[in-house]
Amino acid sequence: MLSNLGNILLFLNVFLSLSIIYVANKNLKISGEINKNIYQLSLIQSTSIIICFFVLISAFIVSDFSLITVYQNSHSLKPLFYKVAGTWGNHEGSLLLWAIILSIFSFLFLIYNKNHPKKFRLLTLIVQNILILGFLFFILFNSNPFSSISPIPKEGLGLNPILQDPALAIHPPLLYIGFVGASIYFSAAIASLITNYSEKSFSHSIKGWVLFSWCFQTLGILVGSIWAYYELGWGGFWFWDPVENASLLPWFAMTALFHSLIVFEKRNLFYFWVIILCLITFILSVTGTFLVRSGILNSVHTFASDPSRGIYILIFLSLMIFGSIFLLFQKYKKENYDLNRNSKETFILVNNWFMMFYLITVLLGTIYPIFTDALTDSKISVGPPFYNSIIFPVVIIFLLFMAFGPKAKWIKNKFQNTRIYLLILASAVCLNLTIIFFFKSYSLLSNFIIISALFLIMSSLMDAAKALKRNKFDFARIISHTAFGFLVLFIGLNDIFSIEKDYNIKLGETKKFEDYSIQLQSLDLKNYKNYKAVIGKLEVKNINSNKTNILNPEIRIYEKPKTLTYEAAIKTSLIKDYYLTMSNIDRSDYYNIKFQKKPLMAWIWISVIMIVIGGFVRLFNNAKNN
Amino acid sequence: MQKIIKILILFIFLFVIGIFYISLKRDTNYDTSSLINKITPEFKIISFDESNFYTRDDIKKNNYILINFWSSWCTPCRIEHPILMKLSQTKNLTMLGINFKDKNTQAIKFLSELGNPYDLLAKDKNGKQSVKFGVYGIPESILINKDLIIIQKFVGPLSFEDYNNIIKIIE
Repeated sequence: MLSNLGNILLFLNVFLSLSIIYVANKNLKISGEINKNIYQLSLIQSTSIIICFFVLISAFIVSDFSLITVYQNSHSLKPLFYKVAGTWGNHEGSLLLWAIILSIFSFLFLIYNKNHPKKFRLLTLIVQNILILGFLFFILFNSNPFSSISPIPKEGLGLNPILQDPALAIHPPLLYIGFVGASIYFSAAIASLITNYSEKSFSHSIKGWVLFSWCFQTLGILVGSIWAYYELGWGGFWFWDPVENASLLPWFAMTALFHSLIVFEKRNLFYFWVIILCLITFILSVTGTFLVRSGILNSVHTFASDPSRGIYILIFLSLMIFGSIFLLFQKYKKENYDLNRNSKETFILVNNWFMMFYLITVLLGTIYPIFTDALTDSKISVGPPFYNSIIFPVVIIFLLFMAFGPKAKWIKNKFQNTRIYLLILASAVCLNLTIIFFFKSYSLLSNFIIISALFLIMSSLMDAAKALKRNKFDFARIISHTAFGFLVLFIGLNDIFSIEKDYNIKLGETKKFEDYSIQLQSLDLKNYKNYKAVIGKLEVKNINSNKTNILNPEIRIYEKPKTLTYEAAIKTSLIKDYYLTMSNIDRSDYYNIKFQKKPLMAWIWISVIMIVIGGFVRLFNNAKNN
Repeated sequence: MQKIIKILILFIFLFVIGIFYISLKRDTNYDTSSLINKITPEFKIISFDESNFYTRDDIKKNNYILINFWSSWCTPCRIEHPILMKLSQTKNLTMLGINFKDKNTQAIKFLSELGNPYDLLAKDKNGKQSVKFGVYGIPESILINKDLIIIQKFVGPLSFEDYNNIIKIIE
């Protein structure tokens, strides 16, 4: 029943998209206001796709195993929360989420941009609906979440237990709002090219969307990292895994985009550059999806691969790319930038160069293995050393520019107060030396990173103090830039001061190292609804301060499907995290434990949240001003 | 100039998409057939009863050696077992069994039920030694000659065809 209902709604959506394209196209040729029907159709479209999604959710809730998707990804014993989250935790369901975001953004863009040219708005709507159609066809004919199966299985296959996690339940929706949201300024860019709508006001129509999607993209990446940190049990939070990279690529493009939008809005420069960034942001999103879903890259993310999906997305991607290139080549006019080398424009351009540099580095690292495999038959994988050695040295210069750039004036700038900056630099160096003196010394590169991060933080804070006095306070920028400085600082300090110890330990035994002792006090076996767990009780004692912490790492045994997972025990405090994982050693009384002390972890997350808050503040300010 | 740049951009995108397309058609499974005709990597693997270690010197003693990776929990291993038993009767061939990520009691039970075809029996508790041989799933068998050159790799259970093949090579 649910299967039929879902399919009907999907076909209804195809019909609605086609009608919107038809009516909008007809309306293009007539002068006057946009046809009221278009608003209505668009509203019905959004509503019906949401209902369609709820149909799928209810199929998951009632465990309707007549749907293949439910059968493959759910189980009647699964807690309700994960049944619901399971809806978008799989390939088919997540595509439906794509379609929802495409449709809702299409509707919202239509109603929120009333003071832009009619042609531009209609064309954006048409392009967006072509994208929606593409995805609907993909869903209907290749990855239909409502495909039924007969005879109906009695029980589902379950969901990968490692994915049964609250952070992971909200991770995909956040990320999708980010990079599927990028579709709307892709459509707007195409429409702008076609209608020659290249005035400053074009930037108003997309600015909010870029910021909005950027905020969610950042949050999505953050939640994914937090999940990786406590679930994967390696103690790290970023692994340069291809799927992680796929989410980072559009992020770089978005970040470059909203910075260059500032210039476009103020000085009417970089129009084509803005357009190119709009186009590549969404193209990168789809490329990422292609890489992840087609299975040509192997990664920790477990989307079952299927070449026919790959072909479909690849065709879609090619059409997007060549369509955009064709249009861009037709409309491209050389812009003459007569930029003063020392001006805000130049500094923002520098930001864009850095973003492009990071983007290209990560993109190459991600697709390089595919190329070597296809061309030379050798399997290689590009790991963290590549990214770390290329990206981190460049971060130093980037941070310095980030400190100076925002203070530069438009058109022609003159730096004042060089002495103050030298003073800040000197105090950053001193602070860095103090850290070395009291704690421990570290590599030259780390020194530079810490110094430049401190420099950015201090000069941003000084700006804040100055601006407060004059009552001209650019909250958004200062929060985000300072927080970015803190982020780099905390990641650096965390990396330098982490401790990691590996032991085989028996019940009752105590291991000592540096200032700590660890004792395995007891082991408990507990039964839960969908798994059994061996829970260890370990006491971590700081010998100097005599403070003790009890940590309870778990070994979980899931039945559906049969899997063993190791849950890390994490004691978080503002200064440091204790991170402990435990695994059993076959036929022995010993357990392998890995203990890590990770300083300032909480602050890494807080910094990212602050960066996002900066984004939201800008978003609200913009909304207020309009 | 602008034209050249345009063509270049088009070409780059075509190239990338072409590569993506080729990659789609390829089997993304890790393939170790490139190890064939190469020399066996050095290894030191503990015997099943943990009494001593086996190295390359131990496998040089006969004209041919077949290294078989197996486990009691692997169903296809049961399927290929009769073929291993048959191969164990050939003279020219030493058989080294490597018990892969298994429990001792289970492994002993497996061999006492189905027979022990191996001249040498070793174990690889955590699967680290097997990586050297490019093993990514079991069962897998590797045929090596006296000069330690890998002649053939058999991924998955040995079939009767494989059996005939091996007999042909060693005789």
